[in-house]
Amino acid sequence: MKITLHVTPDITPRPLVAEVILETRVLLNIDWASVKPKGGGGEVAIDVPHDQYDQVAAAFEKRGATITALVQPVIKDDDECVNCGACISVCPTGVISFRDDWSVQMDLEKCVQCGACVTMCPHAALKVGKY
Amino acid sequence: MAGKTIEDINAKIADGSVHVVTAEEMPDIVAELGPDGAAKEIDIVTTGTFGAMCSSGAFFNLGHSDPPIKMQKVWLNDVEAYAGLAAIDAYIGASQLSKSRGMEYGGAHVIEDLVAGKSIDIHATAYGTDCYPRKVLDTTVTIDDINQATMCNPRNGYQKYNVATNCSDRTLYTYMGTLLPDCGNVTYSGAGVLSPIYNDPTYQTIGLGSRIFLCGGQGYVTGQGTQHDPANNFATMMVQGDLKQMDKKYVRGATFHGYGTSLYVGIGIPIPILNADIAKATAVTDADITVDVLDYGVARRSRPVLRQVTYEELKSGMIDINGREITTSPMSSFHDARAIAGELKDWIQKGTFYPTLPVERLPGTGVECKPMKQIGEQPTVADVIAKRVITIQQGLTVEDAAKVIMEGNFNHLPVVSDKGRLVGIITAWDIAKAVAKNKRDKLDDIMTRAVVTADANEPIDIVARRLEQHNISALPVVDKHSRVMGIITSDDISKLVARR
Repeated sequence: MKITLHVTPDITPRPLVAEVILETRVLLNIDWASVKPKGGGGEVAIDVPHDQYDQVAAAFEKRGATITALVQPVIKDDDECVNCGACISVCPTGVISFRDDWSVQMDLEKCVQCGACVTMCPHAALKVGKY
Repeated sequence: MAGKTIEDINAKIADGSVHVVTAEEMPDIVAELGPDGAAKEIDIVTTGTFGAMCSSGAFFNLGHSDPPIKMQKVWLNDVEAYAGLAAIDAYIGASQLSKSRGMEYGGAHVIEDLVAGKSIDIHATAYGTDCYPRKVLDTTVTIDDINQATMCNPRNGYQKYNVATNCSDRTLYTYMGTLLPDCGNVTYSGAGVLSPIYNDPTYQTIGLGSRIFLCGGQGYVTGQGTQHDPANNFATMMVQGDLKQMDKKYVRGATFHGYGTSLYVGIGIPIPILNADIAKATAVTDADITVDVLDYGVARRSRPVLRQVTYEELKSGMIDINGREITTSPMSSFHDARAIAGELKDWIQKGTFYPTLPVERLPGTGVECKPMKQIGEQPTVADVIAKRVITIQQGLTVEDAAKVIMEGNFNHLPVVSDKGRLVGIITAWDIAKAVAKNKRDKLDDIMTRAVVTADANEPIDIVARRLEQHNISALPVVDKHSRVMGIITSDDISKLVARR
């Protein structure tokens, strides 16, 4: 599952993710990270195995970070989507595919929120989910 | 073999005994019964396609204002329509962009919004006459407020369409969608097995007067489309229909990022099965339809053909290009093409749609899709470049480069290897920066290594666009061995334009 770690300026310099990985022994995959200018803290989007979420969340929270879980990394507006599938070939992680009836389906677990599908969609049917 | 007539078929629609199938069902039926058996059994085959058709638009008549106006220019939701017709008639084209919103909203979206029943802001200007004194008009209307709103699309329903990929090293934004560099993806368009024209490739039943499903309403084919090219299986149709009958589901404004707007148009054509030949043609499958894969990395009229593929291969999701499996994606919706063929089948079975035969079939011969006749010179890089180009050897110092630039009185200095191959470029600005930072030693440390280059045979227009895209002012011109043949600068191009 996807989570976002919100880091306050006072703990930004610490190697938080590395500490948590060493402590929990959970393999974390960083989708993206953004550090704001001085005093703004930062955000890290992390892919965490479902069954180890509690353990990882506790380890981060113990260090003063807050966590929000992302329910939907990419949101599809079904009224706008025409099921063309244009988005399929630009997705770097193979999130999107056709069902047997040629409607579009998304395996959101794989999404890294790069936004390539959002730009490709001719019908403005996709947007990157906010935390 | 005794055939059926359209009257026979329409009588069966009237008494509810008509037998309709979609073009997806037909291959199995023909395989089982043979063309003669299938022609006896099946009365109508429905087809469908739903994809971007840029050459689309609509005529509309606003009704007269008081005092009256003869619109000279008119905008609908800030999208300009062509008003060079009588007073309050105009034509809005799908790919015209909004003055204020640019590519995000265009004529296609105005058409979709009209069909959806939304309010449209009208702004018109005029020069004023004795009979039409008004000079400016602003009003807001919905589709119910205006007289006619007639979709009239000069080129729709391409029989098939070329497949796009991109062998260049930068992302391209095209009418075939985003094409990733280094053949990173493949896009295609067309309904394959459900393609209207491919199911009647000799146009036995398609032409002026054929009644069709058009965007959820009943419309007509009004003749050959522009660029109709029967010899190469690139036939097209001109179609017309009443916007007021249409369903928003099958008329959708679209934006191709970095390219512009287009209209997704839903077309379904019923093929009356009058004889065994027509039945046989409707047995076409995805595997029977072959298209070229083109390299859109070459921005010329004739793009290199990388290979041929069938719709069956394209729809598998992957095709092989130069030994690599590349992901494909359609730009048109097969899901909705199927819905259209199904809906048309439904209409016929319910007796609400009666097919017609054309008054005049689409032409199969005597039509040629010619390239543009261009007059005047089309200058290439070779026409304007300085043939004697000064370069500098890799390994020399910043100071050496500064001297060469000073003596030569120019700004760009290509850096070459001992074999004469281009390895970098230095500008006077790079040298100024290096001196300011006290980095006066090796040229290699400060030169730009990813050099954007030009080919001697390229048209100037393409090179000018490349300079603009990279925000630079000169390109070394290289041969296929990366040897520097010359340099083209924005100054050279300015001088050429000044001479024109």
